[in-house]
Amino acid sequence: MKILVCISNVPDTTTKVKFIDDFKKLDTTGIQWVINPWDELSLTRALELKDDASNGIQSVTVAHVGLVGSEPTIRKALAIGADDAIRVNADPADAYFVAVQLANVLKLDSYDLIFCGIESSDFNGSSVGAMLAEFLEYPSVSSVSGVRIENGVLIINREIDGGKEILTVPIPVVAIVQKGIAREPRIAAMRGIMMARTKPLKVVEPIIVDSFTEIVSYEMPKPRAACKFVDPENPRQLIELLQNEAKII
Amino acid sequence: MSVLIFVENWDGKFKKLSFELISYGAKLAEMLHTEVVALTIGAVENAELKKLGNYGAARIINAVNDKINVFDSQAYTSIIAGFARQEASTIVALSNNNMGKAIAPRLSVQLKAGLGAGVSKLPLGLNPFIVYKKVYSGNAFSHLVIKTEIKILTLAQNSFELIETPNNAVISTITAEWNPESIRTRVSEVQKQSGKILLTDADVVISGGRGMKSSDNWGPIVELAELLGAATACSRPVSDEGWRPHDEHTGQTGKIIAPNLYFAIGISGATQHLAGVSSSKFIVAINTDKDAPIFSAAQYGIVGDASKVLPKLVEAVKEIKGK
Ligand SMILES: Cc1cc2nc3c(=O)[nH]c(=O)nc-3n(C[C@H](O)[C@H](O)[C@H](O)COP(=O)(O)OP(=O)(O)OC[C@H]3O[C@@H](n4cnc5c(N)ncnc54)[C@H](O)[C@@H]3O)c2cc1C
Repeated sequence: MKILVCISNVPDTTTKVKFIDDFKKLDTTGIQWVINPWDELSLTRALELKDDASNGIQSVTVAHVGLVGSEPTIRKALAIGADDAIRVNADPADAYFVAVQLANVLKLDSYDLIFCGIESSDFNGSSVGAMLAEFLEYPSVSSVSGVRIENGVLIINREIDGGKEILTVPIPVVAIVQKGIAREPRIAAMRGIMMARTKPLKVVEPIIVDSFTEIVSYEMPKPRAACKFVDPENPRQLIELLQNEAKII
Repeated sequence: MSVLIFVENWDGKFKKLSFELISYGAKLAEMLHTEVVALTIGAVENAELKKLGNYGAARIINAVNDKINVFDSQAYTSIIAGFARQEASTIVALSNNNMGKAIAPRLSVQLKAGLGAGVSKLPLGLNPFIVYKKVYSGNAFSHLVIKTEIKILTLAQNSFELIETPNNAVISTITAEWNPESIRTRVSEVQKQSGKILLTDADVVISGGRGMKSSDNWGPIVELAELLGAATACSRPVSDEGWRPHDEHTGQTGKIIAPNLYFAIGISGATQHLAGVSSSKFIVAINTDKDAPIFSAAQYGIVGDASKVLPKLVEAVKEIKGK
């Protein structure tokens, strides 16, 4: 079985985003770019599955749609343990555009289990995984909180409201993952970082396609009113404020 | 032309988010001078279906088929896309919850329709069609233009007020076109807790962080939640430590929620935590550190030790509620 992990390159989750050009563009000065947290967890799970030889995983590949500037993020994925990487050489215009490019990657080379994160922390679209599955007419499972292999069969946990379902799925399949897929992201070891430099990173030219959507401008959240402090000795006042001022309970 | 709304039902029942979505659809239809058609899959009784009419659905379609007993994103997509074509819908709207997220992107590909995921307002403009949605996990918002003729929207939970507009909706129950063989995933087991208020549905959420010190100290949080009909939640280190179950973890890598009222108790307010709760209408923070970032996100705060403040708070709620 071959695994493909789709990774997105996002600002570190502590970034205080700022915009330039009249709020039309992200100010990238000083931003640390990282693997999208969900994708990092997917990669971790893919490598855990591969570590257990009885699962019969041949390889773990990462795929990314982005310009050359995102190669450090790809190298990080290789350092963590992916065997090889594919970069589609294009600015990721929107989710639809990215899904078209990833579908093309999967047409050039086949994979059995494809991981996508439930969302990427920049545009919060929750879109690419299921779009990709639709392009390829593959089944997909969303809200995935666990993946394992038993006697060659893929078993997936899907979170539902108030519980979970356990599914058996055929391959190829797209697993769209959320919390639970892996406990902690795997960290690159020194040896991994050395090896990453020589691991194959294939660059593929994009398919020409128009995006469906376009962000025309950004806005900062409205500043919240200053916090009103209540005497710790008299929390009753808090309840009264919530009832009479906020009118919320 | 029409606005098609896919409304999920839970064992034949709708929830507040269903009515938010219909209310949203009705306003959208008004902007476009068209009508709202609501579609739900799986048997729902007439009395329940009628409720959708109260929020502005002009027609309600219940697509049923005995063999549809599990959720499959491909099967649901083909049913919804079929109706969208039949109704010549220019907008298809869904909730931005687990099911909506599984279906909407597939619809986008099938209908060659741009997707606005997690919109939290009515469109800012119709031509071009501009939607408003959160980006960078709540650290900013975007104006997103959808360039295609058909648009798919998913509505962020608790972002739109319920608007009652009584009417006489026409209800029809039809058999869903369905090929059971097309379903390739198989559900072998379902584990479900009932009776618990779902974190994503709760109007009030009481959440504890590492400042609670130990799982033994959760008594007053649970009691407060019971008194206020609230759900309980926690920060990531708390679920990592095993003090609370994983399904209570809120934030960037946990649940993203938008209650009316969120109590953050012993939670510092890291950006990754706020990413999951910043859409709450009101945040109350209780923390020993007056400089904790959570106070910048909160409207009401108490600087104090949770172990001392909480019992008093519980008493105060009891007294006020008892009256
Ligand atoms: C990629 C990534 C994703 C992450 N995702 C999430 C996520 O989804 N959710 C999440 O929560 N975190 C997440 N984190 C972790 C996050 O950065 C913080 O570490 C975490 O939110 C801190 O949890 P906390 O506020 O409970 O604990 P702390 O930061 O330790 O804060 C404890 C607070 O309790 C206060 N306190 C101490 N004693 C008392 C007392 N007796 N009474 C009252 N207050 C007291 C302290 O003043 C302090 O403010 C993520 C981190 C990364 C890197």
